[in-house]
Amino acid sequence: MSSIVEQSNANEAHHGHHPAKGFKRWLYTTNHKDIGSLYLIFSLTMFLIGGAMAMVIRAELFQPGLQLVEPHFFNQMTTVHGLIMVFGAVMPAFTGLANWMVPLMIGAPDMALPRMNNWSFWILPFAFLILLASLFMPGGGPAFGWTFYAPLSTTYSNDNTALFVFAVHIMGISSIMGAINVIVTIVNLRAPGMTWMKLPLFVWTWLITAFLLIAVMPVLAGAVTMVLTDKYFATSFFDAAGGGDPVMFQHIFWFFGHPEVYIMILPAFGIISTIVPTFSRKKLFGYASMVYATSSIALLSFIVWAHHMFTTGMPVAGELFFMYATMLISVPTGVKVFNWVATMWKGSISFEVPMLFSIAFIVLFTLGGFSGLMLAITPADFQYHDTYFVVAHFHYVLVTGAIFSIMAGAYYWLPKWTGNMFNITLAKWHFWLSLVSVNVLFFPMHFVGLAGMPRRIPDYALQFADFNAIISIGGFAFGLSQLLFVAVVIKCARGGDKVPAKVWDGAEGLEWEVESPAPYHTFSTPPEIK
Amino acid sequence: MGKLTSTVWLVLIVFSQHVMANSQYNMRKGVTDISNNVYHLHMTIFLICCVIGVIVFAIMFWALIHHRKSKGAVPAQFHESTKVEILWTAIPFVILIAMAIPATKTLIAMEDASKADLTIKITGSQWKWHYEYMGEDVAFYSILSTPQDEIANLADKNPNYLLEVDKPLVLPINQKVRFLMTSDDVIHSWWVPDFAVKKDANPGFINETWTNINEEGIYRGQCAELCGKDHGFMPVVVEAKSQEDFNAWLADAKQAKQKAALADAALLDQTLPKEELMTLGEQVYMASCAGCHQPTGMGLPGVFPALKGSPIVLGDIKDHIDVVIHGRSGTAMQAFDKQLSIKQLAAVITYKRNAWGNDTGDVIQPSEIQAALDAEGEAN
Repeated sequence: MSSIVEQSNANEAHHGHHPAKGFKRWLYTTNHKDIGSLYLIFSLTMFLIGGAMAMVIRAELFQPGLQLVEPHFFNQMTTVHGLIMVFGAVMPAFTGLANWMVPLMIGAPDMALPRMNNWSFWILPFAFLILLASLFMPGGGPAFGWTFYAPLSTTYSNDNTALFVFAVHIMGISSIMGAINVIVTIVNLRAPGMTWMKLPLFVWTWLITAFLLIAVMPVLAGAVTMVLTDKYFATSFFDAAGGGDPVMFQHIFWFFGHPEVYIMILPAFGIISTIVPTFSRKKLFGYASMVYATSSIALLSFIVWAHHMFTTGMPVAGELFFMYATMLISVPTGVKVFNWVATMWKGSISFEVPMLFSIAFIVLFTLGGFSGLMLAITPADFQYHDTYFVVAHFHYVLVTGAIFSIMAGAYYWLPKWTGNMFNITLAKWHFWLSLVSVNVLFFPMHFVGLAGMPRRIPDYALQFADFNAIISIGGFAFGLSQLLFVAVVIKCARGGDKVPAKVWDGAEGLEWEVESPAPYHTFSTPPEIK
Repeated sequence: MGKLTSTVWLVLIVFSQHVMANSQYNMRKGVTDISNNVYHLHMTIFLICCVIGVIVFAIMFWALIHHRKSKGAVPAQFHESTKVEILWTAIPFVILIAMAIPATKTLIAMEDASKADLTIKITGSQWKWHYEYMGEDVAFYSILSTPQDEIANLADKNPNYLLEVDKPLVLPINQKVRFLMTSDDVIHSWWVPDFAVKKDANPGFINETWTNINEEGIYRGQCAELCGKDHGFMPVVVEAKSQEDFNAWLADAKQAKQKAALADAALLDQTLPKEELMTLGEQVYMASCAGCHQPTGMGLPGVFPALKGSPIVLGDIKDHIDVVIHGRSGTAMQAFDKQLSIKQLAAVITYKRNAWGNDTGDVIQPSEIQAALDAEGEAN
């Protein structure tokens, strides 16, 4: 064992500060920038695959009646679309941004555990390969929704459920390793003088997110394992006939699921809190209160899970508790929005592409927050639950929330990564087309949901037809608009106007002190923070 | 600023009146006291959110317009203000309490199912509802009645497309009706928007909820919990009648049940012709079996087995009858002994054994089904 370690150390020393050539560079890399890029490219690929599935869904729902796909395949599309977007697109994108930016922001030479970093990325493609492969097997892929409620996912699922279970296991292991790496890096590798209350907010939000990941990914692993044994080994965790309880599945799932929601939005808060001050040329209004708000959202996220389950039949006391706790989350979330607005107030604002996405984020995420508050009100939730109103809500917080923040972050740091300015005209087209189409796509969903259209149905009653046609048109437009983003990224990676170290005149932070593109190795000697 | 706010208000008021009037855009007021309360709760929260949104975004857009670098804005240096931060934590908190009070009241009222006049047991199964009038000896399945041709776009869709059933649940108005919900297989959720009633039907457990309908009419809803392939095809239809009409309906239903029992008894001595059984069998197959095993009898590979060339269908008749009437535990195959009459069972089994090239030539008579059911009774 020791000889292997020595050998590989020797290899590294031999190759010195230059990356290896070709495919091996990427396969063997332990460099946080390479791994960050891998995560981001992977995430973009998954975003396009998951998006293609959404296009199938929207094409089928364009008109009432069954046109293109069978209901069983439709259910596979909604399920795998959800799994891919959550575990394949949003989470790896944030991990990619963390890999790239956390060491640069805290003045560390790399992530603390570079070999584990390589692993946590490279097992991911296999997880999704397994998941996607199941779609092509007899019986098809998972068709029980990304929430895989038992017993639909156990007794009544198809034979390929084991593939789904193992894919989720691998995704979970990857996330946990990524989270451990982030925590160890932030705790141990901060540059001298970088005290906790000097940490950039993106680093703070990721630190808190990493703790959430470590807390809840094992719970998800437990849930899928129980599904596995219930289905294949005759256990009865979720089967009343053997003393189990199908509702217990939902408690376990949402104990993971609700913190998971914040895992996908806290780093977004960090990105927006970085970009808004830059283009307002003014300090973030309340740094400390942002840190405290993020922490309280994270803590509250553990005691609100059953608001996803108000219709399962809970005692009134339980319903009241989860209603109040959920409503409470809007307080720290409000603090964040007020902070961003106060930061812009009396600033010197300009509208570069990252700022455009950030402003859209603030407005549209808040809209999703409002519908979230409405959903918290239990009596009203009985009417909203499992309708398109919910679909509208979580797409506002995840697409115009999480995804828009990722786009904002990508445009913000792309020049730092590549050394080139992206094509601004094309990027602005991407923004405006996305902004309009995403609202055509998701806004009418509120209406069809309130009017009574359940989610996860392949066909619907005639009164929902007009809105569904509009929604589908918005969907196709939004999907196609994202190809512009791909074009912008590829063009920018290939060349463009060279940028200085400090790409944006109002930007602050260590990442803007290294040259652009960021050299392969940075901060080999730690900078001194005053 | 004043002008802008008043314009926004005007738009909001006009818009909200428009949506209030039109159930294509908004939640329905419904036909129960509870559903009215829920509707008003919904509108109150919605308007509060709108007001907060308008204020916050008015401030933000004001800044975006007036504090632009291109207009020569010089950034101010202020940050952190304990006073402001306490204020914007405290105010939302007070608003939340104001929202929580009516919500709590409505919720407590919704969860009180005591002192009911009538109890209905609702059982979900893939993909139909079963209604049992407790203590009345009336029970039936309620299945989607939209023709397959309409779903497949081969015929024009009728106005109640996907929201129509063969036998609706009939309820009296102005009576407190308690629902007990459960399921035979996966989790379903029984939802009628006009009552503001949505409750999960969990297999192995019983949930409780209630309604009290104010107006006669037909009310339509759908299953709201993903329950497999045909989740989108299990509607709920409730027909609310006056007490007299309801009583008359109930009496008719009981009588029809007795007649059916007599007809079944008469069948035991008859030998039905194959053609009749095949015709009826095809109808029953399309309504009860084709959802999984497909109209072609080919099933869905890896999910639902094919019946064409199936060893059970081509094998021993007794085993075949056994699977159909008792189902297969641990799979999606349901027990059909309580869902279909002995004539229907005989017809559908005959159909399966002769359709799609199975051509066994077997003809199963209702008496054989009855014998299988009786044998089970003796065994117990």
